Amino acid sequence: MTTRLSKGGRLIDRTRPVKFQFNGQYYKGFAGDTLASALLANGHTTVGRSFKYHRPRGIVASGAEEPNALMGLGTGNRFEPNARATVVELQDGTYAESQNHWPSLAFDVGVLNDSLSKFFPAGFYYKTFMYPRAAWKHVFEPVIRAAAGLGKAPTKADPDTYEYYYAYTDVLVIGAGLAGLTAARQAADAGLRVLILEQSPHVGGRLNTEEADVEGAPGADWARAEAAALAAMPNVTLRTRTMGAGVYDHGYILANERLDGPVRERLWRIRAKQVVTATGAIERPLAFAGNDRPGVMLASAVRDYVALYGVSPGDRTVVVTNNDDAYRTAIALKRAGLDVPAILDARPAATGPLPRMARELGIRVELGKGIAKVVGGKTLKSVEICAHAGEGAVLEVIPCECVAMSGGWSPIVHLWSHCGGKLTWDEDLIAFRPDLERAPTGDRGQGFVLPAGAANGYFSATQIVEDAVAMGQRAVREAGGSPASGTAPTVTEDVTEEAPAMPVWMMPERASYKLRSKAFLDFQNDVKVSDVQLAAQEGYESVEHTKRYTTLGMATDQGKLSNINGLAILADSLGAAIPDVGTTTFRPPYTPVTIGTLAGEARGALFKPLRKTAIDGWHEAQGATFEPVADWRRPFAYPKNGESVHAAVNREVLTAREKVSLLDASTLGKILVKGPDAGKFLNLMYTNPMAGLKPGRCRYGLMLNENGFLWDDGVVARLDEDTFLVHTTTGNSDRVHAWFEEWLQTEWWDMQVYTANVTEQYAQVAVVGPKARELLQAMGTDMDLSNDALPFMGWADGTIGGIKARVYRISFSGELSYEVAIPAGQGLAFWEAAMEAGAPMGVAPYGTEALHVLRAEKGFIIVGDESDGTVTPHDLGLSWAVSQKKEDFIGKRALERADLTREGRKQLVGLETVEPSVVLPDGAHAVEHDRMIGHVTSTYFSPTLGRSIAMALIEGGLSRTGDMLEFPISDDKTIRAKIVSPVFYDPEGARQNV
Amino acid sequence: MLTLTCPCCGVSGEETEFAPGGEAHLKRFGPGSSDEDFRDYLFQRQNPRGVHFERWRHAFGCGKWFHAARCTQTLEVFGTYPGQTSTPTPDIIAAIKARRPEWEPQA
Ligand SMILES: [Zn+2]
Repeated sequence: MTTRLSKGGRLIDRTRPVKFQFNGQYYKGFAGDTLASALLANGHTTVGRSFKYHRPRGIVASGAEEPNALMGLGTGNRFEPNARATVVELQDGTYAESQNHWPSLAFDVGVLNDSLSKFFPAGFYYKTFMYPRAAWKHVFEPVIRAAAGLGKAPTKADPDTYEYYYAYTDVLVIGAGLAGLTAARQAADAGLRVLILEQSPHVGGRLNTEEADVEGAPGADWARAEAAALAAMPNVTLRTRTMGAGVYDHGYILANERLDGPVRERLWRIRAKQVVTATGAIERPLAFAGNDRPGVMLASAVRDYVALYGVSPGDRTVVVTNNDDAYRTAIALKRAGLDVPAILDARPAATGPLPRMARELGIRVELGKGIAKVVGGKTLKSVEICAHAGEGAVLEVIPCECVAMSGGWSPIVHLWSHCGGKLTWDEDLIAFRPDLERAPTGDRGQGFVLPAGAANGYFSATQIVEDAVAMGQRAVREAGGSPASGTAPTVTEDVTEEAPAMPVWMMPERASYKLRSKAFLDFQNDVKVSDVQLAAQEGYESVEHTKRYTTLGMATDQGKLSNINGLAILADSLGAAIPDVGTTTFRPPYTPVTIGTLAGEARGALFKPLRKTAIDGWHEAQGATFEPVADWRRPFAYPKNGESVHAAVNREVLTAREKVSLLDASTLGKILVKGPDAGKFLNLMYTNPMAGLKPGRCRYGLMLNENGFLWDDGVVARLDEDTFLVHTTTGNSDRVHAWFEEWLQTEWWDMQVYTANVTEQYAQVAVVGPKARELLQAMGTDMDLSNDALPFMGWADGTIGGIKARVYRISFSGELSYEVAIPAGQGLAFWEAAMEAGAPMGVAPYGTEALHVLRAEKGFIIVGDESDGTVTPHDLGLSWAVSQKKEDFIGKRALERADLTREGRKQLVGLETVEPSVVLPDGAHAVEHDRMIGHVTSTYFSPTLGRSIAMALIEGGLSRTGDMLEFPISDDKTIRAKIVSPVFYDPEGARQNV
Repeated sequence: MLTLTCPCCGVSGEETEFAPGGEAHLKRFGPGSSDEDFRDYLFQRQNPRGVHFERWRHAFGCGKWFHAARCTQTLEVFGTYPGQTSTPTPDIIAAIKARRPEWEPQA
């Protein structure tokens, strides 16, 4: 059983006990513990269940690479799934739950999957999705859904605050171990701006565990002193609890800082001239049967738990290794008073200083041996040992509670690789290391990432320091500085020599299928040696394909432990060399970053700014219901006390038809186009002839893209010889302005035209209805608003109600209508004065829904309803607005394309349902002879006509007036409607011309 | 996220400050052009792995369009130059040649 030792533990403070909960039970730990070390100290070996087979799983690692110990942390709205217990700092009140078990950790129904594992081979999901479908639907999915899943998503909104932090630096050092601090010192002494990030709460990295002296002091003490000295320099910033998450183009880096204050986490967005990745290395597991059993841990993790947290992994630990380094674990355990029944070394010989020290401590060393099988369930009972070179015949059974395994070390190359840094296979290291000749490149083609220390493939302290000085100096030069002295700290190590490791990818070498099918590569996704071999057998040769087929390395740990082992098994199965099979792509983030952190402040009201008009407050005070239109919010309708929205819309429509009504039209885009070539330019932008428009007049215009499809419409007013004011749809004001600028700057830069987006400079109020003129006159005006002085499609400047106004006689309702533009600051005053003046006439405001009904009754299109990016003006019956005389305009050439001129294109029609009270659903399909021949684009109940009306795009619709169409709504319901003119009301246009 | 320098206002900024505008130096084919020329103008793009001429707009800055010569593989930016030119300038060609001697501009 794992337990707390009576002494030791560099990181814990035994004077500060901490109480925490795990699966509903209270336990004690110490300040400085991780959740993992505290669980081990309390005897918890099994901490979760595996994803596919629900095998009991224990803690394997001591850092960010942990695949098994995933926890749900916290409760309620502070619940966080999939937290790795090995990096969770234990605090008073920490509340953790194990995941992936049902109904309980001790008894798990999903274990069934384990006994059925031969039915869940590699590619199980693919195969099952394919065939038989019924089995998936009725058997597999319900069971798997109930029993599996990596953590649960939180169900409540996160109450905490997250923020972004922007930083610019000359040299960014990721990792504050021996290499990181040494490299950072070079840059700091050179006077450059230096930012040092360390993912854990403490600096020093493996110096905290290993026995090495630096500058005459124990390594861990030196690291703390050096970090403090660096941090005290004005040009240096050091942050612990900050994980370098991703390296991106041109020296852009994201980092994730965990805080313990009003802000929970911080996303650092960093630009660095040079990045030094001093990220260390990760120990590889060995692939033997039962290597996933709780109690089997990485050798380095075992000595971490002893040295850092004073935790015993069990009374008896068997060490199994292919290298010298794991002997340190045996030595550390022995010195802590624990038993090491044997070191199983797969190599034929081990004669270096570390094996010698182990032997001198009386530890039995078995050469050429390995583990055939681990025996145990939720706790470990024993290991069966065998000759590594054989097939797994059991030579001896050794009782033990823990197995410390080591397959050698792999440099952590994730950050190096994120932005294109290439790797090279190092035969001596038996690992991929960064290929310094092929670094990720910056904006000038320069390399901008430099690996240092273990991340660069140097594992002894002496080599690490040497490399870190070199890399630190190189970073200084690349960042444009001059290196200072460049002296390396002196280090004294426990030994100066380690024998090379031997490649061991499967143990024993010729393991039987039975053993291979319990030898795990990817603990989190339950991928075994046999799965990768099966994938190779089934023809998967590319590592990327194998990865997807077997799900190797695709879990939340991104294959930190499994990558190289899986690759080696695949290479072996294919009879290829490891570097020829290649690596999978490393993608950011290095460890998961919460969505809250990525979102930062961009939540709720701050997610996207909401645009409001000058009159918005009035609408809100009136109890208007709103709808979003592009980034704006606009009143949808103004229901009076107790009135339904539908009733309000009908009332608003009739008020506009019978009396007078106001619409806040301020959101319409307004773009000023000015200059000697303004008319010529707008001729190219619109299908209509704008150059010929007379000052004082307005014209409705259509804008196409180069494909000939309609994308914006609006009224253009000519203010004077040189100046036009262009109205755009609400959603397109910025886009139209950008569109004008694009053509002016990149195609017709010889034209003398200036554009300005003045959308927000003006409030605009549409005064609509038979009494519109009367209302404006009642407000008091110096303008002649008569039909003779200001006819339809004219505009004039003047003063209304004491406010400077520009009045456009245009109509989107078919009624007598004036759109009045006033300075935005006067918008509300104008609106209130108009409401007051119109009160005796029965004035009422109307919202966007009444606007839609009013325009639909008149057959006016709305871009985005009647058009969808595939519709031409001709399709919409708007050929009258397309100039035949102009030599050129955007989209003119496209309108000649065969597909746009062919017979049978969908064309805009009106529809009247046979049953007048039945309103067609929006988007309903017209079906004829089992073919879809068109769809409804707009559909309303018209209070003016007392019946439903709709517009639709129907194949050849313009020549089908009077035909009856069928709209199947459901199996037993079809709506029949007749094709009519889309202009339902006042087809002569008499009402707007009075 | 790239960094680019706007040749109009001189500001070096993050990619989020700019808006991409696709391949540069396309010749517009309008009314009277052949179907093939018009198709190519609308749809046919080089999409090279290597040196690429692009349009960018300093959308959240001075608002001006400009050109960039960039390697789509290494993300190296050889330079940026004004938007008001139909072909890459001699300066930018020289800048590319200095970094990629084997590269030849397309006819
Ligand atoms: Zn600029």
